[in-house]
Amino acid sequence: MSTEHDNPYDLLGTDHDEGHRWAFGTGFTDPLEGVDTSVPAALDAGALARYCLALGDDALIYSHRLQQWVARMPELEEETAVANIALDLLGQARMLLARAGGILGRTEDQLAFFRAETDFRNVRLTEHEDRDFAELAGRLLIFSAWRLALFQELSAATDPVLAAIAAKGVNELTYHRDYAAQWVVRLGDGTALSHERMQTALEALWPLVGELFRPDADALAAVEPGMVDAVLDTVLTAAGLDRPDAAPLAAVGGRAGRDGVHTEAMGYILAELQSVARAYPDATW
Amino acid sequence: MVTAMTTAYDIAAGTPDPELPMVTVADLGILRAVDETAAGVVVTITPTYSGCPAMREISADVRQRLERAGFAPVTVRTRLAPAWSSDWITGEGQRKLAAAGIAPPSPAPRRNGPVPLTLGPRPAPSCPRCGSPRTRRTAEFGATACKSLHRCDHCGEPFEAVKPL
Repeated sequence: MSTEHDNPYDLLGTDHDEGHRWAFGTGFTDPLEGVDTSVPAALDAGALARYCLALGDDALIYSHRLQQWVARMPELEEETAVANIALDLLGQARMLLARAGGILGRTEDQLAFFRAETDFRNVRLTEHEDRDFAELAGRLLIFSAWRLALFQELSAATDPVLAAIAAKGVNELTYHRDYAAQWVVRLGDGTALSHERMQTALEALWPLVGELFRPDADALAAVEPGMVDAVLDTVLTAAGLDRPDAAPLAAVGGRAGRDGVHTEAMGYILAELQSVARAYPDATW
Repeated sequence: MVTAMTTAYDIAAGTPDPELPMVTVADLGILRAVDETAAGVVVTITPTYSGCPAMREISADVRQRLERAGFAPVTVRTRLAPAWSSDWITGEGQRKLAAAGIAPPSPAPRRNGPVPLTLGPRPAPSCPRCGSPRTRRTAEFGATACKSLHRCDHCGEPFEAVKPL
């Protein structure tokens, strides 16, 4: 037994006993270890990397936003729900960033922690700061309804790795969407106050919806707005809520989240997400 | 001690799951293949959920068990497709889960076309303690990604269930 450690934290980041660790969930290995990551000859590898980065950034940034809710939820059951949803999305982000990084010659950590704001490709919906639980439920409904429809299409993508990640994600997103939809109905069809706040939340979120359907030259699948609208309308009708008629948040010189143009909130997210890795670039966990 | 009849598969298959130690990785359907080649043993595992934090531990556990049994070198690979389904939990795995007070999953939905929205309650699992079908879901998401929380209206006990996926 080494006597060099006078601090238990020193031991958390290292292996003991043939590859085992004391703390569960530390010591990350490549989530695509052993997976055939060769890029099919018919595909443009650069475009595939950019697209996986975009989908990975959506999950990474939104997962971080959901993690910020942990320890602030009204009930323990909602706490575990949001933590589990954030964990699913973080898992999707890791595989997608690893897919992109394998092509770009960078690790998932380098992509997550050492890129500038203008290099992040997430849609602006994912960086929105929820002001109350109604916005959390509404945003999760919009995001998961869109991502579920997109991942269903991507399950047949020409890149087998992306197709596998998407097919796995579909199962998880189905639970996320149902959870959000049931809360939107409960709040919309609840008291006068909960109805009013759920409607206000939708009005605040709706300008961020249009961007989800902007054309993307790198995309390996596309979702028609009508496919997502049908789901949202079903939920809004059951909830007795009105579909907002808000104009989409404008692009800046034709550029939006996918082009690295973000809202003011993004800088604060990255400051929190990246600060430890940047302060201690040699740290392991 | 390794006997002539003990295969690498038997050794790997006996690895308990780190989060559900009453069942093995083979019971759960996480262990997909064990190939004994001239260049060593190649183990293929698949994650249950994308963010499953136990994959690294499972990989280390399987490798350690095989190495202690004399197999080397051991390579552990991840397989993503087809995506894991709770239908892959074996009958033996379901019995062990139920015996530990965790309701086994109902059959996973088989879908063609868009995934239908579920606004009402899902079918409730029977209580693994008293067998009553009168149970209610208290949370769709539990202590691990693969479980939900329930309460039995008959015996009053709370219990976990493995979610159909």
